Amino acid sequence: MYRYDEFDERFVRERVAQFRDQVGRRLNGSLTEDEFKPLRLKNGVYLQLHAYMLRIAVPYGTLSSKQMRQLALIGERYDRGYGHFTTRTNLQFNWPKLRDIPDILDLLADVEMHAIQTSGNCIRNVTADHFAGVAQDEVEDPRPTAELIRQWSSLHPEFDYLPRKFKIAVTGAEHDRAVIKAHDIGLRILRHPDTREIGYEVIVGGGLGRTPMIGKVVREFLPKADLLAYLEAIMRVYNLEGRRDNKYKARVKILVHEIGTEEFSRRVEEEFARLDGPSVNADPAEVARIAAYFAPPAYETLPAISGAFEAARAGNPDFARWVETNLTPHRQPGYAALTISLKPIGAPPGDATSEQMRVVADLADEFSLSEIRVTHAQNLVLPHVKLSDLFAVWQRLGEAELATANAGLITDIIACPGLDYCALATARSIPIAQALAQRFADPVRQKEIGVLNIKISGCINACGHHHVGHIGILGLEKRGIESYQITLGGDATENAAIGEILGPGLAAEDVPDAIERIVSVYLAQRQSGESFIDNVRRIGLAPFKAAFQEVSHAVA
Amino acid sequence: MAAAKRPALPVILLANDLLDGDVVFAAGDTNGLHWSRDPGAALIGDDDATADRLDAFAAAELGNQHVVDAYLVDVAIEDGVPVPRHYRERMKTTGPSIRRDLGKQAELPLAQAFLRA
Amino acid sequence: MPLLDRHGAKAEIWTRSEGAAIDNLSHALVDWAALPEALAQKTRDQRIGVVIPNTVRIPELKLLMRQLSLIAISFPSFGDGRGFSLARLIRNHGFTGTLRASGPLIVDQFAYALACGFDEVELPQASAARQPVEQWVNALGQISHGYQRGYGDSGNILDRRRSARLKHAAAG
Repeated sequence: MYRYDEFDERFVRERVAQFRDQVGRRLNGSLTEDEFKPLRLKNGVYLQLHAYMLRIAVPYGTLSSKQMRQLALIGERYDRGYGHFTTRTNLQFNWPKLRDIPDILDLLADVEMHAIQTSGNCIRNVTADHFAGVAQDEVEDPRPTAELIRQWSSLHPEFDYLPRKFKIAVTGAEHDRAVIKAHDIGLRILRHPDTREIGYEVIVGGGLGRTPMIGKVVREFLPKADLLAYLEAIMRVYNLEGRRDNKYKARVKILVHEIGTEEFSRRVEEEFARLDGPSVNADPAEVARIAAYFAPPAYETLPAISGAFEAARAGNPDFARWVETNLTPHRQPGYAALTISLKPIGAPPGDATSEQMRVVADLADEFSLSEIRVTHAQNLVLPHVKLSDLFAVWQRLGEAELATANAGLITDIIACPGLDYCALATARSIPIAQALAQRFADPVRQKEIGVLNIKISGCINACGHHHVGHIGILGLEKRGIESYQITLGGDATENAAIGEILGPGLAAEDVPDAIERIVSVYLAQRQSGESFIDNVRRIGLAPFKAAFQEVSHAVA
Repeated sequence: MAAAKRPALPVILLANDLLDGDVVFAAGDTNGLHWSRDPGAALIGDDDATADRLDAFAAAELGNQHVVDAYLVDVAIEDGVPVPRHYRERMKTTGPSIRRDLGKQAELPLAQAFLRA
Repeated sequence: MPLLDRHGAKAEIWTRSEGAAIDNLSHALVDWAALPEALAQKTRDQRIGVVIPNTVRIPELKLLMRQLSLIAISFPSFGDGRGFSLARLIRNHGFTGTLRASGPLIVDQFAYALACGFDEVELPQASAARQPVEQWVNALGQISHGYQRGYGDSGNILDRRRSARLKHAAAG
């Protein structure tokens, strides 16, 4: 993974000193709260319901064990001993004090981390495929691209006061595990069909929230070398022409929608053509320098089959079940990538205690070449584990309540923090996730249902990505109580789709029954091993709406 | 900045401490107001004059960099305790519903009174 | 209104004209709407400057730039970053006169403004009262080098890495 050079190191240190100075100027009244707010947001500092919240960047979801240990230490020393992994693969602490944050940022700088631009109207953390570098279907590792964009976008003098937030995601595989079509810019690495040269498909204008939209292709093939110039062109068009009159119409997706993809593309190409590539782009040597950090690690040469692993699987049904759900095939024979579920039944999704973080760090050191990944589904991944080590890892995970066998299943629920923590929320989301996980806890039943992604947001801002959940749940307020709208048919992959509303909002206690009815329609109607989302696509929403209406009338 | 419409009386004043982020409540009496972390100690503004005093206190405290996001919240009085009417504001008096071991509900005995079944 | 550049407080040499009434002012600053008329009246030894809203498009400005000694871009609020892109475009299109950012900017935007091609910042009185000149000059030193190529003159990180590589290669 990337290692800071002296320039990167100085950059984050200076940024911490700058924030310390900004806090000082806030305290002495030089800066008003309105002026200070975007400055603190651009260092990841939110004001939430009960306390400040610090959102720490985990660039493209990659962490070293050393970094994970530092997060554990920060959680203990300055917070309440736990953190929350988010849908943009960042880490949030819910209880830091503003007075301590400069010191926390210094601790982060000690391990090559920061909280730069994890909020604010600027370019945010660049996310990528959590199986980058190890997935079998990968064309090229997206992380060198993500790291280059991270540097280029950090404290960009021209693009730090955008109309609104700006999110970029990169994938290097055809199967999109990075939700690129729901990002302001999504980049897919591909080979040119004729020349076989590596380049990018550029997608612009995806986004969730109040007006969810799927991104549009504005450039089918962008040569790799032209990346920064093309991004500059997109950002300049957006910065100048994005709406500033209405916060809810200020994302680039609205601009693309209002002027049309063709016109947007034309304006970008016009600006891009005007730019002098050589003076803007990164030179090939710099691109190669960054890429070298992501070269495949020194794997052992192993047989594809591990006798010890097969024996353990045959001998232990619990282990076998976990293998079935939480393992992903690896490009290197004899290895696997494993998903550490942060969704134990009944617990807040995506949370990890400092102790758990240390367990993961230790396991990473011993069994995964010291590397950890964070997924947008709020889980963790150990990306380089030998098949022969899996049983030992599973046992150790089990001791720390990190071995729930539910990756991708109905209890692997994505939920934003919601009204339990968030000042923007209209309803709680975590208790809904807990109730659903408890209702569907039975492992046999989960296996029968198969892959089913439930995503829950506690307000219209959609941080829980409910629009692209197979089942989405949106928490609103109706007549002074929390009310939950259910959507169906969303998809976060390369088959991106926005879910449709099934009917009027339900009270919290009625949500599990409604989900049960939806699932039973699926089980009754599915054909030969058809997944939930495939079934919804085949039979359409009508049967589900009918079933939903029965529930909604019963409780009305 | 246009003044928001005042919520229905009675009201309490809450804010977040600038340096620490904790939710704080305007407490005190005719002699003076101060901030308390205890929702049970909140001064109840049951007439316009008191609500005006709370507003003035908010403006002063925002201006001298002690608090942020200060606003009046309408309450119902239950056994003498001012309970915010809206569930969002009630959440600020207790802490996260899914972690009863964190926040005011764990630290302050009076905040227990704000917990709803 | 208080004016400053990278060295500190600066004396104002421009006089704001009423409409296109530039009379025989040596440095006349006019509004965008009055510019064509002002330029028509301008004598050889007069300098004309214009205050433009941040919504002006480059095609509208391009042909006039040669006749302007100063362009002041309005910032309606510090959060409205359009002026940064507009300044960049104005410089990219060859403007070599003075570029002024005019509005309630904050200290922490000063380095960005200079990097995008501004020479000076003009602040409303209330803004300047809260943010003394020392804070502005101080802010410039806070981040030594940025990552972006082609902004400012202090030498960005990517180019410094490149120089270091070439030096290393030459020595080795």
